Amino acid sequence: MSQVLTDLDTAAYALRLGDDALVHGQQLCAWAYSSPEIEQDVAMLNLALDLLGQARALLTRAGELEGRGRDEDDLAFLRDEPSWTNALIVELDGGDFARTTARQLLVSAYTVPLWTELCGSADPVLAGVAGKAVKEVAYHLDHARSWTVRLGDGTPESARRMQAGLEDVWPYAFELFAVDPLVERLVARGVAADPTRLEPVWRSTVEAVLAEARLAVPETTWRPAGGRSGRHTEGFGHLLAELQHVHRSHPGASW
Amino acid sequence: MVTVVLTPEAVRGLLAGLTDPEIPVLTLDDLGIVRGVTVDDGRVVVTITPTYSGCPALEAMSDDIVGVLAQAGLHDVTVRTVLSPAWTTDWMSAAGRRKLEEYGIAPPAPRASGPVLVPLGRHVPSCPQCGSGDTEELTRFASTACKALWRCRSCREPFDHFKAH
Repeated sequence: MSQVLTDLDTAAYALRLGDDALVHGQQLCAWAYSSPEIEQDVAMLNLALDLLGQARALLTRAGELEGRGRDEDDLAFLRDEPSWTNALIVELDGGDFARTTARQLLVSAYTVPLWTELCGSADPVLAGVAGKAVKEVAYHLDHARSWTVRLGDGTPESARRMQAGLEDVWPYAFELFAVDPLVERLVARGVAADPTRLEPVWRSTVEAVLAEARLAVPETTWRPAGGRSGRHTEGFGHLLAELQHVHRSHPGASW
Repeated sequence: MVTVVLTPEAVRGLLAGLTDPEIPVLTLDDLGIVRGVTVDDGRVVVTITPTYSGCPALEAMSDDIVGVLAQAGLHDVTVRTVLSPAWTTDWMSAAGRRKLEEYGIAPPAPRASGPVLVPLGRHVPSCPQCGSGDTEELTRFASTACKALWRCRSCREPFDHFKAH
């Protein structure tokens, strides 16, 4: 194998994307055996499996480019909260099924244009992950769209819950489109997707779904952020504890 | 004593019998996931590509490749995974599609070429049991990442459909 040159910027970007996928997948796993119907248990875990697969490739890439000898397991299981760079929206408690659906809609309406753009990334591994992920997240978006419409345009109770779930997660979506110096440098190098190009695509996708679902676009202008710099929500430590405890309790175990 | 020169074709021949652990009628060749075999001074490198990013069958297939080559006396074997170009169901062989159908899984429809934003076409598979075209989707996510669950309205049997990917 040829030596991979250290590239800390691309490593940090791959880590953000990998953390987004891994934490979101972990949150979806909470629905195993708890979904409204058995098909949803299977669906949620299928979505989580896709995200886990994406995360593995992304964390592996981050580890290679970082040049400190860390592999996907080191990055997934041996980092504490401040070292995680996922956006806050993916770590939010799923709440009821409507809130999980709202989060799924807002996140997958972002990952579809994200991976579409990254198919042309100057980083060949990111482009490779993107070529697979773009087909997977299209299913995620379609799943979220169909449930958003079913609940939003359903009974008064399902519509109330869907609107409430949407209001809860909406402010957190905008962290996904934040531009910081890292993103600026990587957009200039053709490695990263330009968030300012993703947001209009996201907005038109989401607004079309909300119109179909007879839901209102939330009006709040509160924009919580901090995940990209390691400042996380209160529940995140519990999420990591569940994710990491087996690995940490039994170092080096295999089966 | 006969000296056999190890060629990539010979290695491919050894791999020909390996099947997908989750769909045992399909060989790795049928699936189109073996992307290359090189032999360099007895060292074998087999390159495979995953179907879905999280496909858990990939590691089993990788182990199977190492195992079957070890049985043939080849111990210096590396299985490498490549993501690009991304696997597509269009790489599935005609024989693979036929075997799927005979096994009771409706094969994938051909995909349009090029990146498709929403590849969730309105393809309606025929029932692999009775051949009827009057079928309905029950759930898009089923027993494995690559399949959806459908039902035939004619014979009432449920069946798996390998999704176009």
